[in-house]
Amino acid sequence: MSNATPKQLIHGNQIVADEWTLVKLPVLGEEVVRKQAGKVVLFKLTGEPGASAEQIAATEIPASGKVIVPLSVWLARKAELQERLAKGELGVWLATHEVVEALAADQADLNVFPLIAVFVERFADGRIFSIGNLLRTRHAYKNELRAFGDVLRDQLFFLKRCGYDSYLIRADRSAEDALAGLQDFTEPYQGAVDLAEPVWRRRQRNGATA
Amino acid sequence: MYKYDEIDQAIVNERVAQYRDQTRRYLAGELSDEEFRPLRLQNGLYIQRHAPMLRIAIPYGTLASYQLRKLAEITRRYDRGYGHFSTRQNLQLNWPRLEDTPDILAELATVQMHAIQTSGNCIRNITTDQFAGIAPDEIIDPRAVAEIMRQWSTFHPEFALLPRKFKIAVSGSQQDRALVQAHDIGLEFFYDADHKMAIKVWVGGGLGRTPILGTVINEQLEWQHVLTYCEAIIRVYNLHGRRDNSYKARIKILVKALGIDEFRRQVDAEWAHLKDGPNTITEAELERVAHHFTRMPYDTLPAHDASFDAAIASNPAFAAWVKRCVHAHREPGYRAVTLSLKPHGVAPGDATTEQMQVVADLADRYSFNELRVSHEQNLILTDVRLGDLYALWENARAHGLATPNIGLLTDIICCPGGDFCSLANAKSIPIAEAIQRQFDNLDYLHDIGDLELNISGCMNACGHHHIGHIGILGVDKDGSEWYQVTIGGKQGSDASLGTVIGPAFSADEMPGVVQRLIDVYIAQRSDEERFIDTVRRIGVAPFKEYVYADKAGKKEAAHV
Ligand code: SF4
Repeated sequence: MSNATPKQLIHGNQIVADEWTLVKLPVLGEEVVRKQAGKVVLFKLTGEPGASAEQIAATEIPASGKVIVPLSVWLARKAELQERLAKGELGVWLATHEVVEALAADQADLNVFPLIAVFVERFADGRIFSIGNLLRTRHAYKNELRAFGDVLRDQLFFLKRCGYDSYLIRADRSAEDALAGLQDFTEPYQGAVDLAEPVWRRRQRNGATA
Repeated sequence: MYKYDEIDQAIVNERVAQYRDQTRRYLAGELSDEEFRPLRLQNGLYIQRHAPMLRIAIPYGTLASYQLRKLAEITRRYDRGYGHFSTRQNLQLNWPRLEDTPDILAELATVQMHAIQTSGNCIRNITTDQFAGIAPDEIIDPRAVAEIMRQWSTFHPEFALLPRKFKIAVSGSQQDRALVQAHDIGLEFFYDADHKMAIKVWVGGGLGRTPILGTVINEQLEWQHVLTYCEAIIRVYNLHGRRDNSYKARIKILVKALGIDEFRRQVDAEWAHLKDGPNTITEAELERVAHHFTRMPYDTLPAHDASFDAAIASNPAFAAWVKRCVHAHREPGYRAVTLSLKPHGVAPGDATTEQMQVVADLADRYSFNELRVSHEQNLILTDVRLGDLYALWENARAHGLATPNIGLLTDIICCPGGDFCSLANAKSIPIAEAIQRQFDNLDYLHDIGDLELNISGCMNACGHHHIGHIGILGVDKDGSEWYQVTIGGKQGSDASLGTVIGPAFSADEMPGVVQRLIDVYIAQRSDEERFIDTVRRIGVAPFKEYVYADKAGKKEAAHV
């Protein structure tokens, strides 16, 4: 990676170089844009297929280095990707409308992946939070969990609490600035992924019957 | 009431700092309008017609007098000397400057208040019965659980950006006064056969564009599980609720689409993983919080007070006020008092800086330094001695707070409407005022009796028009303001949604339309029957016929 481009990745509470190459599905033909009351609809409904068979087959995966492939590509081309997986070079990404169960269905241990990433097209799409939570709790995923796409400072604290530890900040924003967002609150109320216990279990609170 | 410890205080302080920085970045051009929007909304800040509107949270409607004084001070310093109490137990400022809002929040934080999640697509302020803790029909005081839920929902990371807003109401009395069936989640507390606290859970209720009463998803939930169970519900909603069309994004649409049985199955499947997890409420935590809501230090009083009885007998105006504004209390010799924010000719729910200060003083003098805000947009002193009622009345009356119209036709629930709200189709406040003028005769008002009239300026139904005995909805027809009328709506345990009586009316026609509805009722009612009872008994048709009689005549004439 050239030194000229600023680093956009936060991992382990610091800004680091990104070793992973993101593999995207190729755009084939015209994309269908649905409209609602004059607005372009950007949200896909949960469970909608992420890709066509054609797109999956046409997806080019770099022959070396660490790659993050779309969930649909992983599911369809598992056999050819086994070797990369064994080398620790394969991560998988899913979009917020895709379901975690699709990934977990025939891969009981998600910890075979050194990295799982979740793509959020618009920062206001809160499904990313539940997806993080499910990966960490339901599926006991322990390795790097990355948010990418419309990832902005003011959502980082929530992302952190939902189990993300890696954030690829949107290219036009400063990652340096965004780092501060991880520290917005010192002692949150409810139990979540990062702190499983609610504050009343973590701390002796005023008036508690000890 | 609940008092912050250092943990609560740190959270609101950190919120102020966070929001101050967000506002700074916005004003510096570092955040786009679109990016700032959910951030400001989750701090209660709307961009309105004339100025921003700031909605301040009054958790489950409970306020201390020192907090009300701070609100009064804020309305004077940062606004135009008044505030508007909303139908969700919040206070709205109509004229703050965006640049000032961080300072306003900092002021609020000094009195353990905030504007967190009073708007935006997140879990909103949790509402309950304004008589919680003192109502004779109360089974369980819901405030402790409401506070536990307030804390749990505050910055809940998983539910920070839901498909749409999410409203929770809790109730623990025989007569539901919290509209639990009109909320995304409604929680009704009761004692089970073993005298353990249990909760009946309603889901998918809501007014707005697609009004619908909630469905019971769980008949009997043990109280310890309320947080994990709600998490399961909201997780299913967060993942599967529609995000492509904001009109179809509320949980009610998901519940309808899946059917309650399938929705319940999915919730139960989620809950199986969450149940008994760390967010399960412990006895100790319930006790800690409940400790903030213990019984007030009441004196032992006789059930009757001679001076009170004498005043009732000799002063009809006082007697009329007592009849409408004074409510039963579970302690002998005490009463709850509603201070009407519905004097005729003033925007319903508005209170001036001075009135807020007066109410704070009255609370200090007569009601253990506390008060409540009701979803009917009035203020309540919950613990007044019988012997103090007369003095309280005189004082309240001197400040325009004793209109004896609680529960009557002019106790109108009304949203800010087209005068302030940028979403409005039509104005609502002038309609309320015109109706109040039409029915300005108190004897006549009392004769009409219990009647709830609710007005919303648009489909969003902030004025709860669907559950008004008479509901008025502002609609837009070819760019001008019209009003659609429903009758037969009702809040409470036997809640119902009103039926549209026919084509909409112009603003000028509205007082006359209401008058005609009342005329039909007066002609048709049997003894003791309230307006709503008559509507339920005879149906909408006779009302419709009479209201539109003229119009039909005119049309026919025109055809000739
Ligand atoms: S009902 Fe409509 S007009 Fe009235 S406050 Fe709500 S959004 Fe505004």
